[in-house]
Order: sequence, then structure tokens, then C-alpha cells
Amino acid sequence: MGLKQKSADLKKRMREAVKGGGTKAIEKQKATGKMTARERIMSILDNKSFHEYDLFVKHSGVDFDMDKKYLPGDGVITGTGAINGHPICIYAQDFTVAGGSLGWAHAKKITKIMDHAMKLKIPLIGINDSGGARIQEGVNALAGYGEIFFRNTQASGVIPQISVILGPCAGGAVYSPALTDFVFVVDKVSKMFITGPEVIKSVLGEEISMEELGGARVHCETTGNAHFYAESEDESFSQIKHLFSFIPWNNERKAETFPKRPPKTRQYKIENIIPADPRQPYDVRDVIKAICDDSEFFEIQELFAANIVIGFARIAGQTVGFVANQPLVLAGVLDVDSSDKAARFIRYCDSFNIPLVTLVDLPGYLPGVDQEHAGVIRHGAKLLYAYSEATVPKITVIMRKAYGGGYIAMCSHHLRADFVCAWPTAEIAVMGPEGAANIIFRNEIKNAENPDDIRKQKVKEYKNKFANPYVAAAYGYIDAVIEPSETRNFLVHALEISESKTVQIPKKKHGIPPF
Amino acid sequence: MKENDVLTKKVKKVSYKSLLIEDIKYRTILTKKYQSRKLYEKKDIKKITAFIPGTIKKVYIKSGKNVKEGDKLLILEAMKMRNELLSPTDGIVKSILVKNGDMVLKNQLLIEFE
Repeated sequence: MGLKQKSADLKKRMREAVKGGGTKAIEKQKATGKMTARERIMSILDNKSFHEYDLFVKHSGVDFDMDKKYLPGDGVITGTGAINGHPICIYAQDFTVAGGSLGWAHAKKITKIMDHAMKLKIPLIGINDSGGARIQEGVNALAGYGEIFFRNTQASGVIPQISVILGPCAGGAVYSPALTDFVFVVDKVSKMFITGPEVIKSVLGEEISMEELGGARVHCETTGNAHFYAESEDESFSQIKHLFSFIPWNNERKAETFPKRPPKTRQYKIENIIPADPRQPYDVRDVIKAICDDSEFFEIQELFAANIVIGFARIAGQTVGFVANQPLVLAGVLDVDSSDKAARFIRYCDSFNIPLVTLVDLPGYLPGVDQEHAGVIRHGAKLLYAYSEATVPKITVIMRKAYGGGYIAMCSHHLRADFVCAWPTAEIAVMGPEGAANIIFRNEIKNAENPDDIRKQKVKEYKNKFANPYVAAAYGYIDAVIEPSETRNFLVHALEISESKTVQIPKKKHGIPPF
Repeated sequence: MKENDVLTKKVKKVSYKSLLIEDIKYRTILTKKYQSRKLYEKKDIKKITAFIPGTIKKVYIKSGKNVKEGDKLLILEAMKMRNELLSPTDGIVKSILVKNGDMVLKNQLLIEFE
């Protein structure tokens, strides 16, 4: 064979392999409204940037006549490319080839690209669309999953890891996404669960549809397993690209800086957003938009534990992570889910050198037997742990209420915030005036002729004395009381002077956070 | 109206409720998860329920008879395990609502004491 023939032979082999599961299987995939694995990669990556690896890898199954089967690429496409001009590693499971099932060779392709990402210190995107372990390969399939989980853990906090669930992802397979930083799901396409509806029905007698058990909405709203909800695959891909504009490429770098842009103050005027009455709600996301560059706030886990808001924005061109109580939902209380959500985000920001801005307005913790029994003590402790542990610049703005344990938990000076400022509307106190008056003046109220009048009077007294920022300011627990309209300037300055912040942390292998 | 549609601003009208925390009433939106939370119920020691769905494999007791705390009541097989249910109290069996071979759901009432 001359070079010409050899080239022709290569082209033929490539054409064959690139077809994946073939026309019929591709049609079936499309009929369910899904893109093919290759189309997905092309849609996420910059135009013509994809370089494929291991196209000719063969599976290693021998039992159950598997040795007679040809599985193109062994059901997964791997390679490198670019997003917004920056290099990235990617893999996409191909459902058209043996249902995207994971065998040994399939797993080896994935772990190879993962090792590559770690070596090159560039992000990894995994697109999941798989029926699960390839049963015919037995324990080798399990070994494959284990190898992936180990690498996910090693890479955690070193390079960004993104999972996109675009099909089924069931049984052990769910744990790779669960170990990664952000999980993207698409309505009616994504399905994640450990045990499926059939098993649950036969063992437990509980009847539930796949969508209700582990659909996109459930994981965004109820379980918190997913971070970004989209109505279509295309929407999901643009979310991914948007996310990558905010985060650094690895833990030794900082996020890319953009030109400084003012917020859209005509639309979001900070003075008009907050009601003076601490019992009245408002949308804290409007406050963030009134502060950040171009009023562009990229929210994470919007639908889960909405009583706390987390996400990325830029201040003077630099990425910051916002953590904010949301008075609009459940009065902005801390509870099991919101503590968990915020704590993980704080650790993400700390790992990837993203400064934290905390906006405080909360009445305390959510009371209830369900909360106590669900472990609000240990989940709440995650928030204290994450804030205390974080060494990135930490800036706190106390807008209105900061009562009790909630005040401490929301990045107070005591947890080593670098800058804490309060608005004149701030109320920093051991608890709300009503509760405090009822305890301190219990006997006076009980023994009074008109208990209600006395209670009202005592609440008023307490309010006048303690429901303000000046008691805390007198002890130096807050650094400054500022006008709300000064907030952005305060943050810009604080971020500027924190540029080279360094903190000595005690030598240890790792802590034992209340996971 | 879904609470999450409010969050994504797909609807204009918001239904506010009040939430009481430390004697202060806050005006706010309640989440679906919060509204559907299970309120705590004190366990009734005189009612024996299935802690797991499964099949009744044996009933040791008869109605009207005295049992002592720790006596075997029945075997409930579930997830390939034969679970012996023991009496949590001394008492007289008022009624047995299941028999051998019955499939039972989680929390289904099995035995009542007087």
C-alpha cells in the first residue's frame, strides 16, 4: 500500500468509527429530542477546536459473545478543544453505541483524558448519557467507575470539573457528577437516580415516574444535586460557556479580568430596593445587581434552597462569589439546605481564588422538628467551617437583620472576615427585639396589669437601644457604617487592597468538616 | 402558582405568607419543600406499624391475649431479611390486622393494643 492508499484506508476507518451506533441508532437518539455525543461536543467547544483521542479504541469484553461485537469508540468520545479561546478536556458518552454503557475500555478513555486535564491543569467537562455499567464486562465495569471516582476526587479543587447530564445517569454512574463542581441538567432529558422506579416499586411499593423521581426539575429544586437547569441542550451549553467566563482555569490562577463596567443604576437603585421595616421582603438579587459590574449576576442553584442566593458576578472587572440571604423566600432563614448550599459554594470560591462578598439580612435559623431531626446542627456547622477555613478575601455587608447565630455564621469578623460594613438600617443583636424583650422582661410583663402594653413598651425600648449597627460598631465588630449607595465603592476598595492577602493556616493534612 | 416561577419572574403576582421566627412575623414566600414538610407526630406505643414494606411471614400472638415487653409479635420479611417485631410494651392485644402471607406497605397498621 502506498501513502495514498494508506490515507484512504485511514479516512475509511475514521468514517466508520465516527458514525457511532449507526444511522438507525442516531435517528432514535434524535427522536427523543437529544443531540448526538459528537454534536454536543461541537456545540460546547469553540468552532473547529476539537481534537479527538482514542477514536480506534476497542472494547475488551470477551464473555457473552461480546468479542464478536464492534463498538465504535467504545461508546465514548474524548478529546481536547477550547472554550472562549482557552484549552479544555472533554468527554461525551455516546448513547447510540451499546447505550453508552461503561466498559473497561470506555472507562480507560475517560480516565486518560482526566489524567491529561490534571497534567495540563485545564478544566474537564463530562457529558453523561449512559445506560450504566456494561453488565457483560462484570467487575471490570465497576473497576472503571472506581477509577473515575478516584480521579474526580484527586482533581477536586485543582481543576474545574463540570458534569452535564444529557440522558440517563443511574446507579453508580451518578457519583462521578456528584463529585464534580457543577452539574448541568436539561428538562425531560436528564435522569439521575441510584435505584430506578421499577426497583422502588417492587421493593417498597412506592409508585413514581422517572421524571418525578430523578428528572431535571427534581434535582434542581428538591435534592440540590444539580446546579443549573435548562429547557434545552443549547441553553445548557450557553450556561456552561457563561460559567467559564467567571472561573479560573486551575487553582493556581485567578479568573480572567474584564474591563470595569458600572451597574445599571437606573434599573437597580439600591436605596429603593430595601424596605426599612425588617419584616418586609425584597429580592436580594436586585441588591447584587445594583452593586456588580453591568448588573450581570450569574446565579447558581437558583431553584434549590432559594432562601440563600449564591453566584458569580464581577466588581471592577474581577470575579467575586456572592453569598446573600434572600428575605423574599422563607424570610431568608438559614436551614439545612441553605447552609449546605452556601458552604459548598464558599469552599469552591476558596479553592479557586475567588473573593467572597456576603450580604446579610436574616432573622436566624428556621425552627421546627423536621429541621432539628434533619441535622440542622451539623449542616449549619458546615457554613461556619467553610467561612472560617476560607482564606480568600472575605467582605461582609450587613444590610438589615443580623440576629443571633445567623450573625456569626454569615461571615462575621469572628470568622475572619477582612472587612465588615453595615448600613444604617442594620440591626446586629443577640436576637430580634420581640423575642429578646419577652425573655429579659418576662416577669415585668407577666406581673403587669396590662401585659400587652408593657410588652410593646419593652420591645420599643429594646429596639431603640439595640436594633442598630452602633452597638456592634462600638465593640469594633464592624469596621464601618456606610450609606447603602456607598456599597460598591466600599467593595471596590476592599478588593483592591486585598490583592496580596496572605494567611498562615496551621499545618494539617486536611480538616474534618461536618460533611 | 409555583414558588419557583416567582423566583424566575415568570409571573408578576406573588403570594406572600407570614413566617413566625422568635415572635416576629415576616412577610415572605414559603417554598414547596417547606410547605410539604411532615409535621412531627408523637409515636403511639399502642399501635404497631410496619417500619418497612414487606410480607408477613408469621404471627406469634392472638387477639385478647396478654403480651410482655420484648415478646415476639410477628415476622415481617423485607429486603430478603426476616425481621422479628418485638412488643414495645406490656399489654393486651386488641386486634391483629394482618395474617400470614399479607403484603404490607410502609407505616401500615399491623397490631393494636388495648
